[in-house]
Amino acid sequence: MSEIRFESVGHRYGDRIVLQDIDLALTEGKVGVVGANGSGKSTLARTINGLVTPTAGRVTVDGLSPAGHGREVRRKVGFVFTDPDTQIVMPTVAEDVAFSLRRSGLGKAEIARRVSEILCRMGLSDYADHPAHLLSGGQKQLLALAAVLVREPAVVVADEPTTLLDLRNARRIAAILATLPQQVIAVTHDLTLLETFDRVIVLDAGRVVADSAPGEALRQYRALCDDTGDDTRENTYDAAEPAHG
Amino acid sequence: MADASHAPAGLYWPGSSVLHRLPAAVKLLGLLAGVIAIALIPRWWQLAIAAAGVALLFAAARIPLRVAWSQLRPLRYLIPVVAALQIYLAGWHTAVTVCGTIVLAVALAALVTLTTRVTAMLDALSAVLRPLRRVGVDPDRIALLLATTIRCIPLVAGIVAEVTEARKARGLGFSIRALGAPVVIRSLRAADALGESLAARGADD
Repeated sequence: MSEIRFESVGHRYGDRIVLQDIDLALTEGKVGVVGANGSGKSTLARTINGLVTPTAGRVTVDGLSPAGHGREVRRKVGFVFTDPDTQIVMPTVAEDVAFSLRRSGLGKAEIARRVSEILCRMGLSDYADHPAHLLSGGQKQLLALAAVLVREPAVVVADEPTTLLDLRNARRIAAILATLPQQVIAVTHDLTLLETFDRVIVLDAGRVVADSAPGEALRQYRALCDDTGDDTRENTYDAAEPAHG
Repeated sequence: MADASHAPAGLYWPGSSVLHRLPAAVKLLGLLAGVIAIALIPRWWQLAIAAAGVALLFAAARIPLRVAWSQLRPLRYLIPVVAALQIYLAGWHTAVTVCGTIVLAVALAALVTLTTRVTAMLDALSAVLRPLRRVGVDPDRIALLLATTIRCIPLVAGIVAEVTEARKARGLGFSIRALGAPVVIRSLRAADALGESLAARGADD
């Protein structure tokens, strides 16, 4: 597994502090990140592949900083967003997956083979020539995941990948993430997704407040929500959440 | 199977016809030549022969009639206006010729997009623009720009539909400001997210 290190990482949007004093070394296969809306978990995830550059400290993936080695880090780290609609670039399913390999240097035949293989794995083979924007929400998220996995990244970072999905599709995505050979860092409100994970980190107001095996971490997270009277509900989506909170 | 009858223009219709298998660059050159030829046709009956030729091409590509119609349907607002103007300014003969030229040119362009994958189109464009690398133009970036433009059509259409539904659900009447402001804000957010997604997928690497 890769080693993702956060060294005294902090980040602020203007005057608003979203991350502070984060020191972590993630080497486990499956790591979950939970926290209330605005707790900084999405920002934390985005620092891993350089979508957000922290205003303090340093993030490295296998010793490489996204700031200095953006291309290498993005090759290692695939990112699955909450809303697959904004992750789809090309008109048809197969073309969208192939788009991920556009600058890979692979030949057309190899690209076609890899696309076909990953679509088969995701159960999307019958939709290869289907307009991507006409897929169901669950299929779109599977497509987004396929577009990430076809690049064969060492790490998959997923930012609330099941939030917009119904229970059936959420379970399907969760099952796929849980069985990936890659290292998975999942930011989520879906606590059942994390039950089989190796490690869960709880964020509150930009700080790590719990970091342990899922049972203990989720117990602390539930207690934290009870204490603070937080109105966060599991499996809900707050569209008004500030950017990358 | 793709349902192009409910999709915006620019959608690939899967198939294995000769037209589908032709290289994108050949089809684009053919389109250019075809449109120029149609624009030079002086008489309406010659246009009718050209129309029959275009219809044959659609049949050869096995494009269903409803799909072909879905590509031409957006013209139903433009053609009456152009026809009225031409009849008023130059007479019915010119009106038929001008309107026929527009319809046939759009039909030919639609035929190319229906039988060509966007990726093939982008590869052809990148190849054509490659010499411009010497003057600092990145052909792949221009191809990516076109791809995202095509992608944004259904994305923005979806946003407009959602905002319209939300307005109706709240019992509000039509208002450009009530429609425009949320559509613009949500489109900008979507553009931001699309940019992040492109960066995460290594589009700029």
